[in-house]
Amino acid sequence: MTAFSPSSAPFARLLLGVDPVRRAIYIVGLVPAIWTFYLGLVDALGADPQKTLERTLGLWALRFLIVGLAISPLRQLGGPNLIRWRRAVGLLAFYYAAMHLSVYVLLDQGLAWAAIWADIVKRPFITVGMLAFTLLVPLAVTSSNAMIRRLGGTAWNRLHRLVYIAAAAAVLHFVMLVKSWTFELALYVALIAGLLLVRLVMALRRRWRTAARPTRAGVL
Amino acid sequence: MRRLVPSDIRPSEITPHGVYLRRREFVAGAVSAGLIGTMAPLLPAGAAPLQFGKSAFSTTEPPTPRKDVTSYNNFYEFGADKSDPADYAHALTTRPWTVKVDGLAGKPGDYDVDELIRNAALEERIYRLRCVEGWSMVIPWVGVPLADILKRIEPQGSAKYVAFETLVRPAEMPGQRGLFQPLPWPYVEGLRLDEAMHPLTILAVGLYGETLPNQNGAPIRLVVPWKYGFKSIKSIVRISLTEKQPPTSWNIQNPREYGFYSNVNPNVDHPRWSQATERRIGESGLFVKRRETLMFNGYGEQVASLYAGLDLKANY
Repeated sequence: MTAFSPSSAPFARLLLGVDPVRRAIYIVGLVPAIWTFYLGLVDALGADPQKTLERTLGLWALRFLIVGLAISPLRQLGGPNLIRWRRAVGLLAFYYAAMHLSVYVLLDQGLAWAAIWADIVKRPFITVGMLAFTLLVPLAVTSSNAMIRRLGGTAWNRLHRLVYIAAAAAVLHFVMLVKSWTFELALYVALIAGLLLVRLVMALRRRWRTAARPTRAGVL
Repeated sequence: MRRLVPSDIRPSEITPHGVYLRRREFVAGAVSAGLIGTMAPLLPAGAAPLQFGKSAFSTTEPPTPRKDVTSYNNFYEFGADKSDPADYAHALTTRPWTVKVDGLAGKPGDYDVDELIRNAALEERIYRLRCVEGWSMVIPWVGVPLADILKRIEPQGSAKYVAFETLVRPAEMPGQRGLFQPLPWPYVEGLRLDEAMHPLTILAVGLYGETLPNQNGAPIRLVVPWKYGFKSIKSIVRISLTEKQPPTSWNIQNPREYGFYSNVNPNVDHPRWSQATERRIGESGLFVKRRETLMFNGYGEQVASLYAGLDLKANY
């Protein structure tokens, strides 16, 4: 920002925001959506463009969920601390999930609400997908600083643990819709399972330590 | 989608040197096929033009573009992605090709594929194809009625079913190698004898007026237009006549989801998705609506009588 004269500062701020890295994450993160939608408009998405668009958006939602879930274990295992950009990644996951759902509702089903409702009720893989999306909604709604302040850190943290269920449901939604296992699918399952397992192990270790300490003190 | 995965091209997936050295034979075959059209079925695979008649069974609906028919399909022997067949099937050797005929046949034996169809008149059959996944195409096949072939191999009186088997050749079929194999091999399918003898049922050897591309089941495949696409088994190496209902691959893999009959039926949903509508490939821009799926894929007038008295919900 030092390169800008004071008069150009507001313009730079408009372009880059207060945190240029965060702005870059949003811009780069939305490129796959814009690019895929563009390919769809120029009929370059292959034989079944709706399905390709739907699948691509769903996959990116899953990828951003995975990246978001990887940030705190990365720090705890001695890696870089990227926590200040986790909100951007999480919101991107939500935006992609919302676009994925919109393509299903608008393009695939053509707003045939009866068929959509029947799908949600009768098709377990769609039920599970809807569950994943529904769980992401309160997280996106409470993502602002103001909401964190209003809820208080403890309550906010507890609420945002819903992302574990959402991620598990999202990958289960993927598992349930395929006809057979592939390497790609196994990779997503392994990543989500691994990231949830790391948390479980760490939580158990914390509990064990806090439980162990008073006992030791009592012996002494 | 595969870009996350490190390069997975194994040396065995590269065209074998022997095949590479014989490339001139393929070119020569294609050239002479152009010069002498009637010889086409006797020549090696490649896009050779075929001589054929028209059929009253053909639909007048516009055919799905050739590009889509040949680049978007399931052929799990080459991989689980719908682009895998087009990407990998070129390595398949389709000549010489032997079809073993056995079981309750009066004339069992090993038939060369060209011998098997030599005296049969090729016909173009433009059929709707409905995939169990909920998409459809209109495909101009070239083939012969399966009934003509069955008559030649003479089913015995006790024969009630026809069983089919696809090639197993992991060296040329990457889906048959490695960790994630979706199905047990060989891929097997079957029909009741009356379904097999029905005039709509054909063995296809061509597509869009030319010999069948490898990814679509060269050199010879079944086409049963009133059943979900997976019944139309590809690259057939064995035809058996049996007394008992033969096992079928998807039924083995998931009996709750895929039955022996697998007739197209908008009223019987797949356990995981509705079968009431379909997306027609080729006309489906981003904003095109799904269309209603027809009973027996629109061939009810011809085939409904085969299933008189049969509970189609129980026999899905």
